[in-house]
Amino acid sequence: METILYIIQQLINGIQLGAVYALISLGYTMVYGVLRMINFAHGDIFMLGAFIAYYGITKFNLPFPVLIIISSLITAIIAILIERIAYKPLRNAPKISLLITAVGVSLFLEYTLSLNAFFSPNYIGFPRPFEIKNYELGLISINNIHLIIFSVTIISLIILYLLIYKTKYGIAMRAASHDLEITRLMGIKTDSVISFTFGIGGALAGIGGLLYAMAYPQINVFMGIMPGIKSFIAAVLGGIGIIHGAVLGGFIIGISEVFVSAFLSSTFRDGVIFIILFIFLLFRPNGIFGKSIEKV
Amino acid sequence: MKRIFLSFCFLFFFSINSYAKEVVKIGLITPLTGDIKTFGESTKNSFFIALEEYAKKGKYEIKPIIADDKNDPTEGTNAVLKLITQDKVSAIIGPLTSKVAIPVSEIVNTNKIPMITGTATNPKVTISDGKRKKYVFRACFIDPFQGQVAANFAIKDLKAKTAAVLYDVGNDYSKGLAEFFKNTFQKNKGTIVAYESYQKDDVDFSALITKIAIKKPDVIFIPDYYNKVALIAKQIREKGLKSTLLGGDGWDSPELLKIAGDAIVGSYYTNHYSPDRKDPVADAFIKKYKQKHGNVPDALGALAYDATWILLNALDRASRPTTEEILKEIEKTKNHKGVTGTISFDKNGDAIKSTVIIKIEKSGPKYVTTVNP
Repeated sequence: METILYIIQQLINGIQLGAVYALISLGYTMVYGVLRMINFAHGDIFMLGAFIAYYGITKFNLPFPVLIIISSLITAIIAILIERIAYKPLRNAPKISLLITAVGVSLFLEYTLSLNAFFSPNYIGFPRPFEIKNYELGLISINNIHLIIFSVTIISLIILYLLIYKTKYGIAMRAASHDLEITRLMGIKTDSVISFTFGIGGALAGIGGLLYAMAYPQINVFMGIMPGIKSFIAAVLGGIGIIHGAVLGGFIIGISEVFVSAFLSSTFRDGVIFIILFIFLLFRPNGIFGKSIEKV
Repeated sequence: MKRIFLSFCFLFFFSINSYAKEVVKIGLITPLTGDIKTFGESTKNSFFIALEEYAKKGKYEIKPIIADDKNDPTEGTNAVLKLITQDKVSAIIGPLTSKVAIPVSEIVNTNKIPMITGTATNPKVTISDGKRKKYVFRACFIDPFQGQVAANFAIKDLKAKTAAVLYDVGNDYSKGLAEFFKNTFQKNKGTIVAYESYQKDDVDFSALITKIAIKKPDVIFIPDYYNKVALIAKQIREKGLKSTLLGGDGWDSPELLKIAGDAIVGSYYTNHYSPDRKDPVADAFIKKYKQKHGNVPDALGALAYDATWILLNALDRASRPTTEEILKEIEKTKNHKGVTGTISFDKNGDAIKSTVIIKIEKSGPKYVTTVNP
């Protein structure tokens, strides 16, 4: 009984982490679906989300719902700007140029923002917009931050689903992920579809950043690197380009990370995550939901 | 006419030169940005207070060169190479943390530049593979002693029977201190119920804390710096765990109480000195520091001040300001009256000193007791 409760408790920890990974990995997967590129600057958008929320709290004392809207809006705009400025001129360039540019954008964001004039390279305590409350259910303890993370993630996913499957832009986006060229020939403005994709990805990462900072209240300019890499692994795991795959991948990575710490040793945690990636790349390179048809 | 003018110039030049003091360059390596910047700031401030005092009566004119290591070993090695090859410093104060000081000490030793760190407590800073690094000294005690004191305190004063240890696996200071604590705690018939590590950039400790929580240890030992400790302490209390928290000298920052708040109140840590201790040298320094910077210096600042003065005294005694002469005089240092106590070096270049135990209360850190080696 005790062990079961312990597993449930750890599962809650894992879902909390996995929810954030899921939100970030959606951005990777959607951008890959449309442009066939890996947007390495995505982890830094996540970081920006946390910092925007931080300034929203400390400078303007905004309530939590407003913070979500502000964080996601601004990160969406920044993601779109990045695409317009850095990636669009390379639309017809080889894919490798795009990849290198993405790494460049990521380093540019990190090191520019780590200047003292901007965010500074220091670790900053993140003030929570509300007090933490613990609820004891027998031996399991759950707090309001867990609940908020679960509910915000689920609401975001529902909105995403509606956007993708019920709106014209969503249909265009799905069409573009099938074949960008043909979609353009059909008279769809692919540039705005791409912007739309980056915008949604950015907004989700921004929300992820806010939730992450709330759960683990310390932020710094380089906080996006590791969650970014892990979410990317999550996207690969679920089958890159596939939206529900990214969500599932995020939860798998989050939960396995927690379980490795809980039952093996915390020292192996990141190692195990990367081993999972290796195994998938070796035996199922298209991920869980990926079709084994070669994508061109 | 031209010749006369030139000779005047020469005369002028030499006369200036003979009146001005000879310039000696001293480097300071410390983290001015990054995860432990408050330590870097207090170190730098204290370094400059020592230099100012020295300027009034010293034999040489000191040209300080400051380098930021960001508490990162790579940055630290770059900084020390720049200080040695470009700035050509005669001696170095710092680095602050063990993980930076260990690689840096290797470099200064091969380049034969004397270095005194105020605060790096890991044994490997002055010794590598059983061999003494001749050019490296420190003004503080070492971690085997600190870990031992913390473990003894937990067993004898806190009556702890079980302990959990949480440490940063990529940090020599944290790793070393954790190990020494564990050894002593077990030797004294205590049980280590959990011995868990994490990475430098981790912020999610929920899995570890849940794991520790079911074992309900009497104390949790967290040998890390204040930022990480604050984060861990908060998550520990949020999980409803009530164990007493224990730590080392990395906790000594006003930021700890500010960030962690109630979560950290009631915890204990070992430290180099307590400003509450009455001592003329310490009081004078604290007063000066307070006047200049408005707050009481932490132990790391005090140690940097001591390290700087050990170096400056050695420099003054040296017949010439060459690295070899300075080294010889540093080695001779005996009973240096510093802010953090009387300092003499043992054969490893480590200072033989007592440690104090400090309790964190709502109003701030409070002195509990002193333990002698």
